[in-house]
Amino acid sequence: MSGGTVSIRLSINGESVTREVEPRLNLVDFLRDELGLTGTRWSCEHGVCGACTVLIDGALARGCLVFAAQLDGSRVETIEGLSRSGVLADLQAAFQLHNAVQCGFCSAGMLLSAETLLRENRAPSRADIRHYLSGNYCRCTGYHAIIDAVEEVAKSRAAKGPSRKEGAP
Amino acid sequence: MLKPEHQATGAGEAGLKAPRFRYLKPHSLAEALDMLGGNASGARLLAGGQSLVPALNMRLLEPEALIDINGLGELTGITERQGALRLGALTRHAELISSPLVARYAPLLAKAAPFIAHAAIRNRGTLGGSLAHADPAAELPACAVALDAEIEIAGRQGSRRVRARDFFTGIYQTALQPGEILAAIEIPFSPPGRRNVFLELARRQGDYALCGLAFAAEIKDGTIAAARAVYFGVGAKPVEAGKAAAMLEGQTPRAAPDAACAALAAELAPLGDFNASPVMKRHLAQVLLRRALAQLGAP
Repeated sequence: MSGGTVSIRLSINGESVTREVEPRLNLVDFLRDELGLTGTRWSCEHGVCGACTVLIDGALARGCLVFAAQLDGSRVETIEGLSRSGVLADLQAAFQLHNAVQCGFCSAGMLLSAETLLRENRAPSRADIRHYLSGNYCRCTGYHAIIDAVEEVAKSRAAKGPSRKEGAP
Repeated sequence: MLKPEHQATGAGEAGLKAPRFRYLKPHSLAEALDMLGGNASGARLLAGGQSLVPALNMRLLEPEALIDINGLGELTGITERQGALRLGALTRHAELISSPLVARYAPLLAKAAPFIAHAAIRNRGTLGGSLAHADPAAELPACAVALDAEIEIAGRQGSRRVRARDFFTGIYQTALQPGEILAAIEIPFSPPGRRNVFLELARRQGDYALCGLAFAAEIKDGTIAAARAVYFGVGAKPVEAGKAAAMLEGQTPRAAPDAACAALAAELAPLGDFNASPVMKRHLAQVLLRRALAQLGAP
């Protein structure tokens, strides 16, 4: 630590990043302003809406409730990394097909939450999906289209069997 | 794929941003206590941050320093010892759901944790943080009282223990003194015949409770030998419904709960909030007691 900043080295979507950050800089602003990774949105900035959802060490987290200074040695994955790896391709296609993306502001968070749900629960009911996604707000779709999309992907992944390659890069 | 240079996105100073603070990262509990003692006027402990950071972002708090206690070994881990389950303060809510030890020795916590917010919050939010924050509508303080937990508090002069029922003193108020750190909680093993029920009513999944109940009963030969009913979301702190619980003793769970509900209605004096009036909360508390007894009576 020097000059009021904190030195961090962390993995972002598999790439090693070293930066000096102000303690008050939250992860979303770090991703967007320092790294240009604008797929992660900021909206409510008090942990309610889910637009800033990312994975930290493989677990879902609210980017607005974590300071970049805390993440020395951590592994962060964002919509850019998961999208590039192809792991979300079927979910993304289903979201498009079902018109589960309107303005798109919630989509990154929705996709990360949906992907995590499907890793934890291979055969979620519609109620399970609603329950799990309840921490991600969408102000356009009314949610039905999103539930439809996630349900369809759950079924199609289950039909493909357990051989499906899981996990992010 | 990462952009090498700073790229402004127009966010600037808009939105809700935390105020400036010094970031301190101790490597031991002793060092954390020294930092806290040395900054008594303006330091806050940063654990899961799921309540603290919103408060910072909304500028409800402007501490001079944050002491990041994540990773401190003394505050981590779930272990059995001497007839009790010890949970380090940094136990995440998600661990309460997944831990085999919690499932075996303190299943009420495993039942309660899924009601806390959402998966992303549960991955970071901590047991110790929830207890120290003492939100009157939070789940875990009520569970700690229902399970007769002991709170282990570390200070520079040594550690002390406080029973959960004495720990919570008011809205966001606890027995913690300046310079102290909540280190762990210890829960006596669930006795044979103990049944636990956790119920919560909220407007939406993940919201704070309108009314919730942490209920533990010892069943002997088909009757309730002892019961503890602790409500949350109805008062300034977890509210133990002792008179209603006393009415249940010696009864079978299937017996009509009318007398216990009458006692409950008489002893509860709920505080209203944005979502529900005192009258509504008193009604909901009775609904939950009936549901809890129905669950106990179910095979």
